[in-house]
Amino acid sequence: MSDSVVVPIERETDIVCARQKGRALAAAAGFLSTDQTLLATAISEVARNIVSYAGKGTVTLQTVQEGGRRGLSIVASDNGPGIENVELAMRDGYSTGKSLGLGLPGAKRLMDSFALESVVGVGTKVTMTKWLR
Amino acid sequence: MPVPVLKQGSVLIASIQAALSDRDLVELRDDLADRVGRHRSRGVVIDVTALDVLDSFATRTIRSIAYTAKLRGAETVVVGIQPEVAFAMVQLGLSLDGIETALDLEEGMALLQAREAERVG
Ligand SMILES: Nc1ncnc2c1ncn2[C@@H]1O[C@H](COP(=O)(O)OP(=O)(O)OP(=O)(O)O)[C@@H](O)[C@H]1O
Ligand SMILES: [Mg+2]
Repeated sequence: MSDSVVVPIERETDIVCARQKGRALAAAAGFLSTDQTLLATAISEVARNIVSYAGKGTVTLQTVQEGGRRGLSIVASDNGPGIENVELAMRDGYSTGKSLGLGLPGAKRLMDSFALESVVGVGTKVTMTKWLR
Repeated sequence: MPVPVLKQGSVLIASIQAALSDRDLVELRDDLADRVGRHRSRGVVIDVTALDVLDSFATRTIRSIAYTAKLRGAETVVVGIQPEVAFAMVQLGLSLDGIETALDLEEGMALLQAREAERVG
Protein backbone atom coordinates (compact mmCIF):
# COMPACT_ATOMS: atom_id res chain seq x y z
CA MET A 1 0.00 0.00 0.00
CA SER A 2 1.53 3.28 -1.12
CA ASP A 3 1.21 6.14 -3.58
CA SER A 4 -2.17 7.43 -2.54
CA VAL A 5 -3.51 10.63 -4.04
CA VAL A 6 -6.63 12.44 -2.88
CA VAL A 7 -8.16 14.71 -5.49
CA PRO A 8 -10.79 17.11 -4.16
CA ILE A 9 -13.74 17.35 -6.52
CA GLU A 10 -15.55 20.65 -6.23
CA ARG A 11 -16.04 21.93 -9.73
CA GLU A 12 -16.10 20.46 -13.19
CA THR A 13 -12.46 21.33 -13.94
CA ASP A 14 -11.48 18.98 -11.08
CA ILE A 15 -12.82 16.09 -13.20
CA VAL A 16 -10.03 16.63 -15.74
CA CYS A 17 -7.50 16.91 -12.90
CA ALA A 18 -8.67 13.60 -11.36
CA ARG A 19 -8.44 11.68 -14.61
CA GLN A 20 -5.01 13.14 -15.41
CA LYS A 21 -3.71 12.14 -11.98
CA GLY A 22 -5.27 8.71 -12.44
CA ARG A 23 -3.63 8.23 -15.80
CA ALA A 24 -0.23 9.30 -14.44
CA LEU A 25 -0.51 6.93 -11.49
CA ALA A 26 -1.64 4.09 -13.77
CA ALA A 27 1.29 4.71 -16.09
CA ALA A 28 3.72 4.68 -13.15
CA ALA A 29 2.18 1.42 -11.92
CA GLY A 30 2.87 -0.16 -15.31
CA PHE A 31 -0.60 -0.22 -16.85
CA LEU A 32 -0.74 -0.48 -20.62
CA SER A 33 -1.86 2.61 -22.47
CA THR A 34 -5.24 1.04 -23.29
CA ASP A 35 -5.91 0.32 -19.64
CA GLN A 36 -4.81 3.82 -18.68
CA THR A 37 -7.54 5.12 -20.95
CA LEU A 38 -10.15 2.77 -19.45
CA LEU A 39 -9.15 3.93 -15.96
CA ALA A 40 -9.22 7.61 -16.91
CA THR A 41 -12.68 7.18 -18.42
CA ALA A 42 -14.05 5.43 -15.33
CA ILE A 43 -12.58 8.16 -13.11
CA SER A 44 -14.18 10.78 -15.29
CA GLU A 45 -17.62 9.20 -14.82
CA VAL A 46 -17.55 8.88 -11.03
CA ALA A 47 -15.99 12.33 -10.60
CA ARG A 48 -18.65 13.88 -12.79
CA ASN A 49 -21.38 12.23 -10.75
CA ILE A 50 -19.95 13.94 -7.66
CA VAL A 51 -20.10 17.34 -9.37
CA SER A 52 -23.55 16.71 -10.84
CA TYR A 53 -25.35 15.13 -7.91
CA ALA A 54 -23.41 15.81 -4.71
CA GLY A 55 -21.71 19.14 -5.48
CA LYS A 56 -18.43 18.13 -3.91
CA GLY A 57 -16.46 15.16 -2.71
CA THR A 58 -13.15 13.42 -3.27
CA VAL A 59 -11.56 10.89 -5.58
CA THR A 60 -8.83 8.84 -3.94
CA LEU A 61 -6.40 7.00 -6.17
CA GLN A 62 -4.15 4.32 -4.76
CA THR A 63 -1.90 1.63 -6.11
CA VAL A 64 -2.75 -1.62 -4.37
CA GLN A 65 -1.12 -5.00 -3.99
CA GLU A 66 -2.96 -8.22 -3.26
CA GLY A 67 -1.66 -11.75 -3.46
CA GLY A 68 1.15 -10.95 -5.84
CA ARG A 69 -0.90 -8.83 -8.21
CA ARG A 70 -0.85 -5.09 -8.54
CA GLY A 71 -3.61 -2.70 -9.36
CA LEU A 72 -5.10 0.73 -9.04
CA SER A 73 -7.98 1.41 -6.74
CA ILE A 74 -10.29 4.37 -7.12
CA VAL A 75 -12.61 5.56 -4.37
CA ALA A 76 -15.10 8.31 -5.18
CA SER A 77 -16.82 9.54 -2.10
CA ASP A 78 -19.20 12.34 -1.21
CA ASN A 79 -21.59 13.50 1.49
CA GLY A 80 -24.30 14.35 -0.99
CA PRO A 81 -27.96 13.33 -1.09
CA GLY A 82 -27.22 9.63 -1.64
CA ILE A 83 -29.04 7.26 -3.99
CA GLU A 84 -32.47 5.92 -3.09
CA ASN A 85 -32.37 2.82 -5.26
CA VAL A 86 -28.82 1.61 -5.86
CA GLU A 87 -29.94 -1.28 -8.03
CA LEU A 88 -31.83 1.06 -10.32
CA ALA A 89 -28.89 3.48 -10.49
CA MET A 90 -26.70 0.63 -11.78
CA ARG A 91 -29.05 -0.02 -14.69
CA ASP A 92 -28.04 1.11 -18.20
CA GLY A 93 -30.09 4.13 -19.17
CA TYR A 94 -31.34 5.05 -15.71
CA SER A 95 -30.76 8.74 -15.03
CA THR A 96 -32.38 11.35 -12.82
CA GLY A 97 -30.25 13.98 -14.57
CA LYS A 98 -31.73 13.64 -18.09
CA SER A 99 -28.42 12.14 -19.15
CA LEU A 100 -27.52 8.81 -20.75
CA GLY A 101 -27.53 6.85 -17.50
CA LEU A 102 -24.32 5.05 -18.50
CA GLY A 103 -21.82 6.46 -15.99
CA LEU A 104 -22.13 3.90 -13.19
CA PRO A 105 -22.89 0.73 -15.19
CA GLY A 106 -20.28 1.81 -17.76
CA ALA A 107 -17.60 2.40 -15.12
CA LYS A 108 -18.37 -1.06 -13.75
CA ARG A 109 -17.70 -2.57 -17.18
CA LEU A 110 -14.42 -0.65 -17.49
CA MET A 111 -13.07 -1.92 -14.16
CA ASP A 112 -12.36 -5.37 -12.68
CA SER A 113 -14.23 -4.80 -9.45
CA PHE A 114 -16.89 -2.27 -8.59
CA ALA A 115 -18.98 -1.54 -5.50
CA LEU A 116 -21.55 1.17 -4.97
CA GLU A 117 -22.61 2.05 -1.44
CA SER A 118 -25.04 4.84 -0.78
CA VAL A 119 -27.18 6.03 2.10
CA VAL A 120 -29.86 8.63 1.49
CA GLY A 121 -28.99 11.83 3.30
CA VAL A 122 -25.50 10.59 4.14
CA GLY A 123 -23.61 10.15 0.92
CA THR A 124 -22.30 7.89 -1.79
CA LYS A 125 -19.14 5.86 -2.16
CA VAL A 126 -17.94 4.07 -5.26
CA THR A 127 -14.98 1.71 -4.83
CA MET A 128 -13.43 0.20 -7.92
CA THR A 129 -10.22 -1.55 -8.84
CA LYS A 130 -8.40 -2.55 -11.98
CA TRP A 131 -5.57 -5.09 -11.94
CA LEU A 132 -2.41 -5.11 -14.00
CA ARG A 133 -2.53 -7.61 -16.83
CA MET B 1 -9.45 26.93 -22.48
CA PRO B 2 -11.83 27.62 -25.39
CA VAL B 3 -11.77 25.27 -28.37
CA PRO B 4 -10.16 26.94 -31.42
CA VAL B 5 -12.41 26.98 -34.47
CA LEU B 6 -10.96 27.45 -37.94
CA LYS B 7 -12.88 28.36 -41.06
CA GLN B 8 -11.84 26.63 -44.25
CA GLY B 9 -14.12 27.47 -47.15
CA SER B 10 -17.62 26.37 -46.22
CA VAL B 11 -16.36 24.13 -43.42
CA LEU B 12 -15.71 24.93 -39.76
CA ILE B 13 -13.01 22.92 -38.06
CA ALA B 14 -12.99 22.64 -34.28
CA SER B 15 -9.82 21.14 -32.81
CA ILE B 16 -10.46 19.84 -29.33
CA GLN B 17 -7.55 19.91 -26.89
CA ALA B 18 -6.60 17.25 -24.37
CA ALA B 19 -7.73 18.90 -21.14
CA LEU B 20 -11.21 19.72 -22.32
CA SER B 21 -13.57 20.84 -19.58
CA ASP B 22 -17.34 20.43 -19.67
CA ARG B 23 -17.80 24.16 -19.98
CA ASP B 24 -15.44 24.35 -23.00
CA LEU B 25 -17.60 21.78 -24.79
CA VAL B 26 -20.87 23.54 -24.03
CA GLU B 27 -19.35 26.84 -25.19
CA LEU B 28 -18.16 25.13 -28.37
CA ARG B 29 -21.71 23.96 -29.07
CA ASP B 30 -23.12 27.49 -28.75
CA ASP B 31 -20.21 29.03 -30.66
CA LEU B 32 -20.58 26.57 -33.56
CA ALA B 33 -24.36 27.03 -33.80
CA ASP B 34 -23.76 30.76 -34.08
CA ARG B 35 -20.90 30.53 -36.58
CA VAL B 36 -22.68 28.06 -38.86
CA GLY B 37 -25.30 30.75 -39.41
CA ARG B 38 -22.88 33.65 -39.70
CA HIS B 39 -20.57 31.96 -42.21
CA ARG B 40 -23.33 29.93 -43.90
CA SER B 41 -21.19 26.84 -43.32
CA ARG B 42 -22.18 23.53 -44.89
CA GLY B 43 -20.01 21.35 -42.74
CA VAL B 44 -18.47 21.06 -39.30
CA VAL B 45 -15.46 18.91 -38.46
CA ILE B 46 -14.86 18.11 -34.81
CA ASP B 47 -11.29 16.90 -34.45
CA VAL B 48 -10.85 14.86 -31.26
CA THR B 49 -7.39 13.47 -32.09
CA ALA B 50 -5.86 15.08 -28.99
CA LEU B 51 -8.63 13.93 -26.67
CA ASP B 52 -7.63 11.09 -24.34
CA VAL B 53 -11.08 10.41 -22.90
CA LEU B 54 -14.55 10.55 -24.42
CA ASP B 55 -16.89 9.98 -21.51
CA SER B 56 -20.67 10.07 -21.35
CA PHE B 57 -20.84 13.83 -20.98
CA ALA B 58 -18.47 14.57 -23.87
CA THR B 59 -20.27 12.10 -26.12
CA ARG B 60 -23.67 13.53 -25.28
CA THR B 61 -22.46 17.08 -25.95
CA ILE B 62 -20.78 16.16 -29.24
CA ARG B 63 -24.03 14.53 -30.31
CA SER B 64 -25.94 17.65 -29.44
CA ILE B 65 -23.41 19.75 -31.38
CA ALA B 66 -24.03 17.58 -34.44
CA TYR B 67 -27.83 17.77 -34.12
CA THR B 68 -27.74 21.53 -33.54
CA ALA B 69 -25.49 22.07 -36.57
CA LYS B 70 -27.80 19.85 -38.64
CA LEU B 71 -30.79 22.01 -37.74
CA ARG B 72 -28.75 25.01 -38.84
CA GLY B 73 -28.04 23.36 -42.20
CA ALA B 74 -24.58 21.87 -41.69
CA GLU B 75 -23.31 18.29 -41.60
CA THR B 76 -20.95 17.26 -38.79
CA VAL B 77 -18.11 14.77 -38.98
CA VAL B 78 -16.22 13.65 -35.89
CA VAL B 79 -12.62 12.78 -36.77
CA GLY B 80 -9.65 11.31 -34.96
CA ILE B 81 -11.21 9.12 -32.28
CA GLN B 82 -8.14 7.24 -30.99
CA PRO B 83 -8.34 3.43 -30.93
CA GLU B 84 -8.09 3.30 -27.13
CA VAL B 85 -10.74 5.94 -26.75
CA ALA B 86 -13.02 4.02 -29.13
CA PHE B 87 -12.45 0.85 -27.10
CA ALA B 88 -13.34 2.63 -23.85
CA MET B 89 -16.47 4.14 -25.43
CA VAL B 90 -17.70 0.72 -26.52
CA GLN B 91 -17.20 -0.71 -23.04
CA LEU B 92 -18.93 2.25 -21.48
CA GLY B 93 -21.88 1.67 -23.82
CA LEU B 94 -21.54 4.94 -25.70
CA SER B 95 -22.25 5.44 -29.37
CA LEU B 96 -22.30 8.26 -31.88
CA ASP B 97 -25.35 6.85 -33.66
CA GLY B 98 -26.37 8.84 -36.69
CA ILE B 99 -23.22 10.93 -36.64
CA GLU B 100 -20.59 10.69 -39.35
CA THR B 101 -17.09 9.76 -38.29
CA ALA B 102 -13.81 9.60 -40.19
CA LEU B 103 -10.30 8.48 -39.42
CA ASP B 104 -8.62 11.88 -39.67
CA LEU B 105 -9.12 15.47 -40.77
CA GLU B 106 -8.31 14.74 -44.40
CA GLU B 107 -10.89 11.96 -44.65
CA GLY B 108 -13.41 14.07 -42.78
CA MET B 109 -13.01 16.92 -45.25
CA ALA B 110 -13.31 14.49 -48.18
CA LEU B 111 -16.49 13.08 -46.71
CA LEU B 112 -18.04 16.52 -46.33
CA GLN B 113 -17.06 17.41 -49.91
CA ALA B 114 -18.71 14.24 -51.17
CA ARG B 115 -21.87 15.06 -49.19
CA GLU B 116 -21.94 18.58 -50.61
CA ALA B 117 -21.48 17.29 -54.16
CA GLU B 118 -24.40 14.90 -53.62
CA ARG B 119 -26.54 17.71 -52.29
CA VAL B 120 -25.77 20.12 -55.12
CA GLY B 121 -25.50 17.61 -57.95
N1 LIG C 1 -22.62 10.62 -6.25
C1 LIG C 1 -23.96 10.53 -6.43
N2 LIG C 1 -24.83 11.09 -5.54
C2 LIG C 1 -26.16 11.01 -5.72
N3 LIG C 1 -26.73 10.39 -6.76
C3 LIG C 1 -25.95 9.81 -7.69
C4 LIG C 1 -24.53 9.85 -7.58
N4 LIG C 1 -24.00 9.18 -8.62
C5 LIG C 1 -25.04 8.74 -9.35
N5 LIG C 1 -26.23 9.12 -8.80
C6 LIG C 1 -27.58 8.77 -9.29
O1 LIG C 1 -27.49 7.61 -10.09
C7 LIG C 1 -28.00 7.86 -11.41
C8 LIG C 1 -27.22 7.06 -12.43
O2 LIG C 1 -25.88 7.54 -12.50
P1 LIG C 1 -25.07 7.35 -13.86
O3 LIG C 1 -23.75 7.99 -13.71
O4 LIG C 1 -25.10 5.91 -14.22
O5 LIG C 1 -25.95 8.10 -14.94
P2 LIG C 1 -26.12 9.69 -15.17
O6 LIG C 1 -25.11 10.44 -14.41
O7 LIG C 1 -27.54 10.02 -14.91
O8 LIG C 1 -25.84 9.81 -16.72
P3 LIG C 1 -24.41 9.75 -17.46
O9 LIG C 1 -23.39 9.37 -16.43
O10 LIG C 1 -24.56 8.73 -18.53
O11 LIG C 1 -24.18 11.11 -17.99
C9 LIG C 1 -27.92 9.36 -11.57
O12 LIG C 1 -28.85 9.85 -12.51
C10 LIG C 1 -28.21 9.86 -10.16
O13 LIG C 1 -29.60 9.84 -9.90
MG1 LIG D 1 -23.07 9.96 -14.49
